[in-house]
Amino acid sequence: MISTIQLPQRWQSNPAVQALCKTHESTLSTWVEIDLNQQLHFAKSLLILSEKTSHDFARIDQIHESGHLEGTWQIPPGAYFQHSDHAGVGHLTIMSPQGRIQAWHHTLALNPSITQFKENCTVLLSQLDLSNRLDFEKIGPHLTCQICQNPIAQDQEKCLYCDPETEIPPSTLTLFKLWRFAKPYKKELILGFILTLLSTGATLVPPYITMPLMDDVLIPFQKTQVMDFELAGIYLAGLLLAASCAWGLGWWKTYILALVSERIGMELRTKTFQHLLHLSLEYFGAKRTGDLMTRIGNETDRICIFLSLHLLDFFTDMLMLLMTAVILISIDPLLAAVTLLPLPFIAWMIHFVRDKLRFGFEKVDRNWSEVNNVLSDTIPGIRVVKAFAQEDRENNRFILANQRNLEVNDRVNRIWSSFAPTVTLLTEVGLLVVWAFGIYQVAHDTITVGVLTAFLAYISRFYGRMDSMSRIVSHTQKAAAGAKRIFDILDHQSSVPDTPNPTPMTQPVRGKIELSQVGFRYGNRAVTKNITLSIAPGEMIGLVGHSGSGKSTLVNLICRFYDVSDGSVKIDGVDVRSIAISELRQQFGMVLQEPFLFFGTIADNIAYGKPTATKEEVIQAAKAANAHEFILRLPLGYDSLVGERGQSLSGGERQRISIARALLIDPKILILDEATSSVDTTTEKEIQKALDNLVQGRTTLAIAHRLSTLRKADRLIVLDKGEIVEVGNHDELMSAQGAYYQLYQAQARHAAEIAQAI
Amino acid sequence: MMINFNLTKDQFGAISLIDAQGIVHPNIRIIRAFPISNPSHGFAIVDHNGHELVWLNDLSQLPDSLKELIQTELSFFEFIPEIEKIVHLNTFALPSIWDVHTNRGKTRLKLKSEQDIRRVSEEDLLITDANGIQYLIRNKKNLDKFSKKILDRFM
Repeated sequence: MISTIQLPQRWQSNPAVQALCKTHESTLSTWVEIDLNQQLHFAKSLLILSEKTSHDFARIDQIHESGHLEGTWQIPPGAYFQHSDHAGVGHLTIMSPQGRIQAWHHTLALNPSITQFKENCTVLLSQLDLSNRLDFEKIGPHLTCQICQNPIAQDQEKCLYCDPETEIPPSTLTLFKLWRFAKPYKKELILGFILTLLSTGATLVPPYITMPLMDDVLIPFQKTQVMDFELAGIYLAGLLLAASCAWGLGWWKTYILALVSERIGMELRTKTFQHLLHLSLEYFGAKRTGDLMTRIGNETDRICIFLSLHLLDFFTDMLMLLMTAVILISIDPLLAAVTLLPLPFIAWMIHFVRDKLRFGFEKVDRNWSEVNNVLSDTIPGIRVVKAFAQEDRENNRFILANQRNLEVNDRVNRIWSSFAPTVTLLTEVGLLVVWAFGIYQVAHDTITVGVLTAFLAYISRFYGRMDSMSRIVSHTQKAAAGAKRIFDILDHQSSVPDTPNPTPMTQPVRGKIELSQVGFRYGNRAVTKNITLSIAPGEMIGLVGHSGSGKSTLVNLICRFYDVSDGSVKIDGVDVRSIAISELRQQFGMVLQEPFLFFGTIADNIAYGKPTATKEEVIQAAKAANAHEFILRLPLGYDSLVGERGQSLSGGERQRISIARALLIDPKILILDEATSSVDTTTEKEIQKALDNLVQGRTTLAIAHRLSTLRKADRLIVLDKGEIVEVGNHDELMSAQGAYYQLYQAQARHAAEIAQAI
Repeated sequence: MMINFNLTKDQFGAISLIDAQGIVHPNIRIIRAFPISNPSHGFAIVDHNGHELVWLNDLSQLPDSLKELIQTELSFFEFIPEIEKIVHLNTFALPSIWDVHTNRGKTRLKLKSEQDIRRVSEEDLLITDANGIQYLIRNKKNLDKFSKKILDRFM
């Protein structure tokens, strides 16, 4: 029976696998691919767990890629799996009660699939233990990738782990996605197109006029010595007219298209920012702030410039080339052919040189950032540098970085300096060909001198544009890369989606929180497991545990910054996932460890959650938060500017402003995430007083490292490795002498040690 | 150097340390202090909570049985493949997928960002791939021309 598992193609043809399948006595039940051998060398092999139909229990076969059987291990009843990882390598060990049977190794790339395999095996073995009949429907991982067996989340379309080659580099096609933003400006774009056509046409008129000017005015004059001033005047007027037309049309065209591209750029920026604001915290956690900032700021600008400048120029040039070709062919097809033939070759040459340069310039960029790194390392750390008298060392580091920069620059400049002369040379050679062939034709009287002049005028104008045309490739690539980075954000679906038909919360909100069997995994790591907890309205809960024990995660799940992986979170009996996010968050007041103040006045900052608040309300909140007095001491009172570019406040003062902020929105549920841990004890007391006002009559979840700050909590929840290990008030937990007792003792000891040292 | 401890490995694969006082510390781990810059010097034996039990400057003084046990255990946990040759890459744009030969066999790595190539010393480079596996390039000057060229484009 092979049908119970679907092996990927490359394994199905493996002789050892086929041999295994032929032994009908066993049922292959689950498999996984591992990529390291016993010596931790890269080698792909397959692990297959099979259940034997005879009285044997189960066994695992390991089959090497090349088709030989690496080993077979009998799995006795009571065997279990262990999975651990260290420094990029995962170890899957199977143990029996008597000892270790075997360990297999893999790189962390396979971690999710190995975890899945372990779970499958564990379920299988436990079922075998109970000597139940196998029910593969139940065991079979319903949502796993067909190729690599990695679990696929329900909302994912495809597997995120396997086939890395599908992650193609940004394609130019991404740029077409921009059409969505250009669509509203269709009319302007069409107008711009017509104007481009006309203005380009107008620029091509002057060389055409030189033809009769030469043939009908200048050359007859040389023969007859009589100048036809009237005719010359008409042609000159034509030249002037064409020039002014080209000027006016060009102006209009550039203006219209710049207008449109600026608007597209703005739409792109605002839409991206709007979308970004609604993404979950999970997304922000995985991204660097600077990176997101450049994407929205610089990339949109780069795309905008590409559209309004590079793309437009290229388009105009192409139009010009086409029109020129048509005109030249209409005048003299043979000379036109000779004139136009070298063009592609010269364009390719220019592109080639430029391509070489591009990588050089990229290198210069990278080295430049290295120079910057030294600066951004040293200047903020100047106190440390001075304290350890390491000015010379930093100076040398800077000199070294600059020297490297110099080397790279020298190398690039060698090619770069030859670039402009090369282009000129190529242009001259092209012109030379036209001259030579033209003179030959003039000599044989097939063309007039005027025609040759016109050809030369057309083509020299064109060669001038060759360089900028050749740049379009790299400009397009850069813009495409930028567009991809923007659409990465725009196409990202929030992992905490707002429900389409939200359930309104029953008013007044009471603040009852229920968690049932809550589990949360971050990537492939289970952060919290099986948490069941009911919090009564108005109750104060203290969350206690080592860092990394899942306290903050629990709070984040209740606020729905993340969505639970298993189980549910309910507020007043309603699942948080069915409440509109904005309504849900209104119920929460939050005081965090690092209070964040936006640039603006103190009053604005306090009223952040409720911009419509009156001055009285703001003052009330500030008073309750013990902030009123220190605010009045500031020179501008409530109008003092704070935040990154504003007045600096102490940690305690900032914290009290953030408490006032939470008080003002009068939330039903209060989250205190290490609210007092970054300040000294005196300040802590002041904050604590403010917090006591805040806690009144609200369901409160307080996370605190210092256990002494949680004495007022009705119940303490002790978490360890994502699970609740103890629940009770301080006295109960102390007398139970469990995990809390140990934490408390450790802290008390520490405090005593410090007291003694002083 | 006084050897006043002993190591034993049980049938579950766990190693215990018996110290001079005869106290058994189960589930110990052996760690190299400078895995890249000086792998043959500086070893720590820590208990399951990460507290150091024994510090060894080098293994040369140890009896052979202990030395072998430590070396087997280290080889079991250490994984910094050294890239010997870059054979192929799909694109110079990022993310880029490289086929490489390492001292642990052929493999394929995915480079997410140029910043994942870091200098650990003047000549040695550490490359972190998309899965967090760290590859070492010892003395990049010894690489062949093609590998050097590829590397150069990303640095």
